[in-house]
Amino acid sequence: MSQVKFTKDHEWVRLEGDIATVGITDYAQVQLGDVVFVEVPDAGLKVVQGGDAAVVESVKAASEVYAPVSGEITEGNAALGDNPALVNEAPEGDGWFFKMSLSEPHELDDLMDEAGYAAYLKELG
Amino acid sequence: MRYLPLNQHDRQDMLAKIGVGSIDDLFVDVPQAARLKEPVALPKHASEMNVERHLTSLAAQNTAASSVPFFVGGGAYKHHVPASVDYIIQRSEFLTSYTPYQPEITQGTLQYLFEFQTQVAELTGMEVANASMYDGSTSAGEAVLMAHRVTRRSKAIISGRLHPHYRGVIENLSEMGGFELDCVPITVAGEEDLGGKIDDQTSCVVVQYPDFFGSVNDFTALAQTAHDHGALLIVVFTEAVALGLLKAPGDMGADIVVGEGQSIGNGLNFGGPYVGLFATRQKFLRQMPGRLCGETVDQDGQRGYVLTLSTREQHIRRDKATSNICTNSGLCALAFTIHMTLLGGTGLAQLATLNHERMLMLVEKLGPNLAPVNETFFNEVTVRLPRPAKEVVEALAARGVLGGIDVSRLCPDVGLENYLLIAATETVTEADLDAFALGLQEVLS
Amino acid sequence: MSDFETFSGHRGLQLEEGLIFEIGSEARSGVDLETPKGLALKLGGLTRTTPKLPGLAEPEAVRHYVRLSQKNHSIDAGLYPLGSCTMKHNPRLNEKMARLPGFGDIHPLQPISTVQGALGLMDELAHWLKTLTGMPEVALSPKAGAHGELCGMMAIRAAIEARGELATRKRVLVPESAHGTNPATAALLGFIVDEIPANLHGRVDLDAFRAKLGDDVAAIMLTNPNTCGLFERDIIDIADAIHEVGGYFYCDGANFNAIVGRVRPGDLGVDAMHINLHKTFSTPHGGGGPGSGPTVLSERLAPYAPLPLIVKRDGVYDLVENETSDNASFGRMVAFHGQMGMFVRALSYMLSHGSDGLRQVAEDAVLNANYILASLKDVMSASFEGPCMHEALFDDRFLKDTGIDTLDFAKAMIDEGYHPMTMYFPLVVHGAMLIEPTETESKQTLDQFIYVMRKLTEAAKAGDMDRFKKAPHFAPRKRLDETKAARQPVLKYQRNTLAEAAE
Repeated sequence: MSQVKFTKDHEWVRLEGDIATVGITDYAQVQLGDVVFVEVPDAGLKVVQGGDAAVVESVKAASEVYAPVSGEITEGNAALGDNPALVNEAPEGDGWFFKMSLSEPHELDDLMDEAGYAAYLKELG
Repeated sequence: MRYLPLNQHDRQDMLAKIGVGSIDDLFVDVPQAARLKEPVALPKHASEMNVERHLTSLAAQNTAASSVPFFVGGGAYKHHVPASVDYIIQRSEFLTSYTPYQPEITQGTLQYLFEFQTQVAELTGMEVANASMYDGSTSAGEAVLMAHRVTRRSKAIISGRLHPHYRGVIENLSEMGGFELDCVPITVAGEEDLGGKIDDQTSCVVVQYPDFFGSVNDFTALAQTAHDHGALLIVVFTEAVALGLLKAPGDMGADIVVGEGQSIGNGLNFGGPYVGLFATRQKFLRQMPGRLCGETVDQDGQRGYVLTLSTREQHIRRDKATSNICTNSGLCALAFTIHMTLLGGTGLAQLATLNHERMLMLVEKLGPNLAPVNETFFNEVTVRLPRPAKEVVEALAARGVLGGIDVSRLCPDVGLENYLLIAATETVTEADLDAFALGLQEVLS
Repeated sequence: MSDFETFSGHRGLQLEEGLIFEIGSEARSGVDLETPKGLALKLGGLTRTTPKLPGLAEPEAVRHYVRLSQKNHSIDAGLYPLGSCTMKHNPRLNEKMARLPGFGDIHPLQPISTVQGALGLMDELAHWLKTLTGMPEVALSPKAGAHGELCGMMAIRAAIEARGELATRKRVLVPESAHGTNPATAALLGFIVDEIPANLHGRVDLDAFRAKLGDDVAAIMLTNPNTCGLFERDIIDIADAIHEVGGYFYCDGANFNAIVGRVRPGDLGVDAMHINLHKTFSTPHGGGGPGSGPTVLSERLAPYAPLPLIVKRDGVYDLVENETSDNASFGRMVAFHGQMGMFVRALSYMLSHGSDGLRQVAEDAVLNANYILASLKDVMSASFEGPCMHEALFDDRFLKDTGIDTLDFAKAMIDEGYHPMTMYFPLVVHGAMLIEPTETESKQTLDQFIYVMRKLTEAAKAGDMDRFKKAPHFAPRKRLDETKAARQPVLKYQRNTLAEAAE
């Protein structure tokens, strides 16, 4: 049973078994505009919650994508190399950024669930 | 005042519209202690005529290169620039335009930058080039920083045959940024074992081509050694005309090729403004500093050009930028590309050949007693004199010949006081060669 | 505008122009060169095949570049109200002077005895810069504003190192409104950037600033007037506070045009400030450089100035080009001596204006900007209460609910004959529009500009969507696909790239 959690920086993380998939939300891709390049992390990279994990570039801006939880990267989404537009087209599906294993699974509890994130977006206005 | 259109009447009207009594009311935020009551102690305004008079008298105290037999190189070279280049760059739309951030009304600038990038890539034998940097020396510094980013290492090996000023720039950047440098001691000729110094901590090796003392070397083997250790080869040039004849650095396996474009289209200008050229492999594109011009289409499907991949630059990435560079050297790049277009590939190759032949002729005139230390050279050589080069240069100048550079002026305290660096470009005549050879003979006897 | 199609693709004087690679050929040339003698080469066999680059005969080349030039807007053609760029008129006397053979045709490494006039000019320029800023030393070699910034911060780092505090002083305070070069420069030198928020009045929040002070602070980097076009009222207090904790004050001099001749940065406690000769001192922007960024230094930092140093002994100029035991210079930032071509132009400008004229420059620049602010603030949303200095900041609140954003508004200005103002900078307001007219604009020009801006605002509020969304209608190109350019970078000519014909 997979569950999606959200961060205040508009990343989503979906845990399936031991592996979590991470990407940015639809709200984030709208804010960014057309994504032109994504720098995904290499497998083996260790990350901490809130630390730099990836970079997403649009024409006018570049944003850090932070690791929503601590752990180790198992795979970066290679499809984004040729087709960064996937992030705009399917931000919460095929436009995922990287997969990782978790070193501190309890960190997921600190994140917002779907309802919580929706409420957070309302606040942002 | 001729550059100020407002008159007193205008000023009064405008102050009234703003709703203040005097201009001082608009400077109200300036702390009292810092307000200047009067103009600072400098001369008051002057007419064009008087400004001209003053500056002309200063200019008259300098010896123009064209007025004497001229053999000075060392990183800046006197070449003939066609008359139309200077007229074109002075067109209002080129001279007084701004950076092309609004591409719809700056296609002129953008298209010439695209042509420029193409020319630089072809000349260096590389896959991609940027829209220029400040000059060759800062390009070299930026190349080293880029190599650190690409390899995620921080140690650079610097050839002892790199232009001393360029080495100074790299040393300064490295010290300030906390990077490690292995600077090989300066030697004027012979083998330089750079390959033996490369290890798995090396991010890059930096060489010059032709080198500061004039020699032309093959870096293919060095490139291989660097790559075997996961390091990059950076090739630096200071004489862009050489690229018309010499094997392209890209064809030797260089990863980043940078240098000075001044030789093509730009005058000596006492050291600036010049134009830095920067080229690299496609796979390193996103780590390349500086502006980039790219092709695209507009809403009507018409081909056009825009500045692109700007997210690498400082105004967007801020503290994570690839460099703090804000500008390129637009007008100098334009001069380069116009001259290059007038020459064409064949013309540049011919020009380069003429340069090399001038030096061959000079070497022959100097004879075996003043043979260059170089086994190979393009248009510059180093000669060992029986006396300190500084006094020889000055004595030649007194005879109306600007006969090269005292090497120890740039390389002090390493025992090179007797070495003279001599350049000969296509601007040198038979009479100049004779004047130099004769002058040197007299001074040395 | 008619729907009439021409056969050539040209539209009267609006001429389409292809690439040299499409027009020229390798065999053509616009330069007459003598035939080489065919001497045996001494290149060690390291030769290449002829570069595959086209040449053009002179008439074709001139036509090519003239046609390209016709696609550019320029300050010579019209108002360029770019905030923080200071697009003032570029006097042609400057160009004439820079081209005197005694300045343009001299080599940086000629014997010093043959370039005394050049060094004299650099010394005279240095004197003007030091006197105008009230600072004792100036480094002339930085090649651009950002390079000058680097110079100032390097001098600060050198001073901190000389005190043995490099390991402990790592923090540099930068306002969030700062230009991107500021944090980029600090980061390049290994400092940690700590952002200071702005207060409601668009200036540094003094309390937030004081809270960030500590003896680990290396420096503060401030722009004054700041990027919102406002003078930092508390600047002397800020300078004192920084000095008290042992830090240094770097001032970004991009906006010097507002205060030249009326305020000396030295009197504000500045330790280092770069000056953009291509902004305040009228050297041309050239479509993106070359610039020049000499950096003035305080007593504290003067010893560390980069090479070369100009010295005068017994009336004769000399250059110190190497580090010796006699100087504490932090080293070299660039080959040779700096942008001599820009020095000549800037000094020509300074001599022309004189100290009285330069003071008038600042006054007229500030007057013009305030006139625009006063004339537009009732219909556009001014971000801060005036008075402003040499530039006026607006934001996009006045476009709320129109469906038109700052970008659309700017593109519509192009159709009206103007280069747009600076957009989306500074980041502290939404949809920023930063307008800097400079002092070389007449009242008539400003009145015309104001009229047009008011009409555009009216049109935006009235829902005239086409005017904005499809703008520019009249430029050589319509809006360009920047996404495509970034996703599929085509950075040089290759046969069979983008099929669309330009002819």
